Amino acid sequence: MTALHLEFDVAGNNFVSAGSASDEVKKTLKMLGVGAQFVRKVAIAMYEGEINMVIHAGGGRAIVDIYPDRIVIVLTDNGPGIPDIELAMRDGYSTAPEAIRNLGFGAGMGLPNMKKYTDSFKIDSVVGKGTTVTMTVNFAA
Amino acid sequence: MKIRQIVELLDAKVYCGEDMMDVDLHSACASDMMSDVLAFVKDQALLISGLCNPQVIRTADMMDIKCIALVRGKRPTEDMIEIAREKGIALISSGHRMYSACGTLYAHGLQPGEITV
Repeated sequence: MTALHLEFDVAGNNFVSAGSASDEVKKTLKMLGVGAQFVRKVAIAMYEGEINMVIHAGGGRAIVDIYPDRIVIVLTDNGPGIPDIELAMRDGYSTAPEAIRNLGFGAGMGLPNMKKYTDSFKIDSVVGKGTTVTMTVNFAA
Repeated sequence: MKIRQIVELLDAKVYCGEDMMDVDLHSACASDMMSDVLAFVKDQALLISGLCNPQVIRTADMMDIKCIALVRGKRPTEDMIEIAREKGIALISSGHRMYSACGTLYAHGLQPGEITV
């Protein structure tokens, strides 16, 4: 099965451009005629991931493969890593600094939102090396 | 509730989306924290926020939100107006505080109305 393959560099510490990769993916899915509710799930999950890479990891890379029945998004960064993934997944838990909260993020809902809107969600993280998040959204009920 | 009525009730200034005044909105959410907005999907929604930066527009776009009402007299930057225009989102600003903006719209029938995705 052929896939549409997209890659994006997510610039670190640039709040104006944060979300532009998710925006591109959203536009592409709409153009491909993917159902609106699936497009929204993908957009939200990827946007939260992109914001996380900007806030915590100084940017990273997003690799997206779109198949007829699903999308697979892999977000990779070389940031500090997540010491306790279970804790990080908890609603409301955040390590974002005050400056980030003032920008409207760091409510501790990013990872829970990503899990909520995707059909499969996996985090691999090594402290001091970086984090890879792999998410899949199926385009069927 | 039409965007026109929201503008009137909140005595708001329209920064972009003048052609969207007849768009009908069915629900609303209010928050300064964007991840809280992203946690609950609503249909044909208004976003009320005191946060004034480009991520408010991006968040609204990801949620297919049609109109953003900034409160406490926040003035959007040129960046924000440009992104909102490109995304087809009406951007308005009101001198109301968050509490009174929400109360006024709720009293006139605009409901929270969440949907599941």
